[in-house]
Amino acid sequence: MTTMWRVLQPSDKNLRYWQVGLLLVFLGLWQLASRDQQLAFFLGEPVKVAGRVWSWFMPFGFGPSLLFPDGLPGNADIYLHLGTTLLETVLAFGIGTVLGLACGLWLALAPMASAIMDPYIKAANSMPRVILAPIFAMWFGLGIWSKVALAVTLVFFIVFFNVYQGVKEVSPVVLANARMLGANQRQLLRTVYLPSATSWVFSSLHTSVGLAFVGAVVGEYLGSARGVGYLILQAEGTFDVNTVFAGIVVLTAFALVLDGIVGRIERKLMKWQPRTGETEKL
Amino acid sequence: MSVSLDPASDYALELLDVTCTFRSRDDAGQAYTAVGETTLRIRAGEFVSVVGPTGCGKSTLLNIGAGLLPPTSGTVKVFGKPLNGINSRAGYMFQTEALMPWRSAIDNVMVGLQYRGVSDAEARAQAQAWLERVGLSGFGDRYPHQLSGGMRKRTALAQVLALDPDIILMDEPFSALDIQTRQLMENEVLDLWAAKKKAVLFITHDLDEAIAMSDRVVVLSAGPATVPMGEFVIDLPRPRNVAEVRTQPRFIELHTQIWDVLRDEVLKGYAQQLRKAA
Repeated sequence: MTTMWRVLQPSDKNLRYWQVGLLLVFLGLWQLASRDQQLAFFLGEPVKVAGRVWSWFMPFGFGPSLLFPDGLPGNADIYLHLGTTLLETVLAFGIGTVLGLACGLWLALAPMASAIMDPYIKAANSMPRVILAPIFAMWFGLGIWSKVALAVTLVFFIVFFNVYQGVKEVSPVVLANARMLGANQRQLLRTVYLPSATSWVFSSLHTSVGLAFVGAVVGEYLGSARGVGYLILQAEGTFDVNTVFAGIVVLTAFALVLDGIVGRIERKLMKWQPRTGETEKL
Repeated sequence: MSVSLDPASDYALELLDVTCTFRSRDDAGQAYTAVGETTLRIRAGEFVSVVGPTGCGKSTLLNIGAGLLPPTSGTVKVFGKPLNGINSRAGYMFQTEALMPWRSAIDNVMVGLQYRGVSDAEARAQAQAWLERVGLSGFGDRYPHQLSGGMRKRTALAQVLALDPDIILMDEPFSALDIQTRQLMENEVLDLWAAKKKAVLFITHDLDEAIAMSDRVVVLSAGPATVPMGEFVIDLPRPRNVAEVRTQPRFIELHTQIWDVLRDEVLKGYAQQLRKAA
């Protein structure tokens, strides 16, 4: 008995099993709870959620079986929606980052302009910007651009404040050194301010990609004809709680993948930054 | 001891009656005079060290010479011409880390050449040659954080020398290094200086280092309103080895002479720091 406990006791070695086990227990309890028809109406059923995800992604299905008495169709019809959401996210992230970078650099290097703009920037940042969605829908229609605009407002401020901070915190010695080496204003911008600001942008990249995604999905949810947010909205309209949960699962997986890609790019571009345990001893 | 007064413009750098006063940011009425009326002349090709107690405004003096800090009064002349803005004929080696952390060693060395419009390929070749000269030929692709403190100083030295400045300003460049690395670097700097004969203004708080390396040592008084207290010509023969020169009787004699002047100032400076802390 004690040996068995020693093997099962959570440790670094069986961490993964415990993580997976926790998920399985959760799914099992959920499935059990959903055997009650009334609860299932509100909570959905894990098996049906999984079936929904399958139908969205897979081009082939199965006939009637024990788990799916009505059969499981393979529609493979989510790609258009997923692609739309991805496009909105990428566009919002790109536009928001460029705008934030430009404004952050400008205001950090022009103290007077920054002093004038200060209260408005604070106000714009404190405003609950999701509320702008209806206005953007009026301006840009129900296509992707209203979603991009909403997500840009979310990304912009994250990047803007980080760049502003990054420029303000450039090491004065590095700056003086560059000036002594003969850098003019433009060269200072290109070789000192921009790289320094970029490192701050990268430290906020995970947050800003996440927010671009949130902006895109929320925008779709508030009114659209395409996208994962639209699928969830549709399902909600027909009280199809399983599809809502399936949409949430897809969005979560999608966000994790995006985060992983960002992490990889970050490691590649920021290799000049010391990381703990990686600094080489000479 | 006497300052030569001939008007010939063979001076590379002249600080004439400069003063520097800082105004307190919180209280405009409060002012702190870092440098009192000071005149300092460095001939072309001359190695001059400035020693003084900590916090006496040595770095301020150097920043004025570099053009990074305009003096409150007085003039700065570079090869006879009044200085306006950055001193483009001077290279500056800073006390603290000044390399760009996002650039590899070779990119750091070549950045000054790139600022001057040298083509990338040409700048890279010159930077590589300089890295070799400071003993870092195999380390060009390392980032600053991957180099040891001594290597970073060598990179900074190569970065300054790659531009071939006529005046080299050094602000306690080796104070962060251990004694062995430090003597090695001092000898290297002396060799490079002997080959090119630039005007050097070397700031240090280490009297041994100052005497071992310089043609002339200027002693500054304790701050505030620091002023030169004395000037000593170091007539030790060259070439010198900084480790061996210390045992020569003449070195010890000079050391005693200068220390007599410096000691009181160091004690004064120390007492002031204690008062400030209390």
